[in-house]
Amino acid sequence: MKELIETIVKPLVDFPEDVQVNVQEEDQRVTYQLSVNKNDMGKVIGKQGRVAKAIRTVVYAAGSSEQKKIFLEIIE
Amino acid sequence: MKQVTATGQTVKEAVESALAQLNTTEDRIEITIVDEGKKGVFGIFGSRPAVVKAVKKPDPIEEAEKFLKDVSGKMGVTIEIETLRDGKNVQFILSGEKIALLIGKRGQTLNSLQYLTQLVINRYAEQYLNVVLDAEDYRKRRQDTLIQLADRLAQKALKTGKEIALEPMPSYERKVIHTALVNNKRIKTYSDGNDPHRHIVIAPARTR
Repeated sequence: MKELIETIVKPLVDFPEDVQVNVQEEDQRVTYQLSVNKNDMGKVIGKQGRVAKAIRTVVYAAGSSEQKKIFLEIIE
Repeated sequence: MKQVTATGQTVKEAVESALAQLNTTEDRIEITIVDEGKKGVFGIFGSRPAVVKAVKKPDPIEEAEKFLKDVSGKMGVTIEIETLRDGKNVQFILSGEKIALLIGKRGQTLNSLQYLTQLVINRYAEQYLNVVLDAEDYRKRRQDTLIQLADRLAQKALKTGKEIALEPMPSYERKVIHTALVNNKRIKTYSDGNDPHRHIVIAPARTR
């Protein structure tokens, strides 16, 4: 899942080497925290969060077969 | 990204050598001249070969195909891609097992992938390209469903005399519905709200 997020995000940004995904596992949920270079924030969020929404849709679709609920957060 | 450094008697020859090595044409590479070279006296004394650096420009369509293959691969779906290009419209037709996972409920996964692919392709394209993703004839089936839905709701609106608001849809799906009902004089359609919540309203022609 972590790799999927990186595969989606890296081609979208100017600084792929700054793309980082941290995983936080809890009882019922897994939270993936995505951080990118400050200059790329706009690229992964998009106008009215359109890009962020599209990334989440794809990631959640891939995670639908897993037991735990998946969340994707974008952090600074 | 692929790049080579090539040498030749003149800059022109060096470029030709680079093109041969990269197996490509001049419009697909970027050339930097490292050394112009020197003819020297009688072409013997003090002559220096010309040196150029050639970098292959990424092809937008190849990058988009790679993006789609990588992403679906990481989702556990192996796909084949058929690419059709018509001017600024590029269509990628995906096929393979488990393709349903890539389409998702009401095509939302396919639409999201389409949007992301559009972003990727236009990072490399010189002219703005419009991307359409299709799988298992989904777009055609969806279009048929939408036209049926439009006709059914138009009748309902006429029977009840009330406006009917549809669920939010992307612009090209709204267009299908507008087009389907454009010739129905007793009905009018308009869109309300802002993306991503913009939706169609079907209303009897005399109200509003």
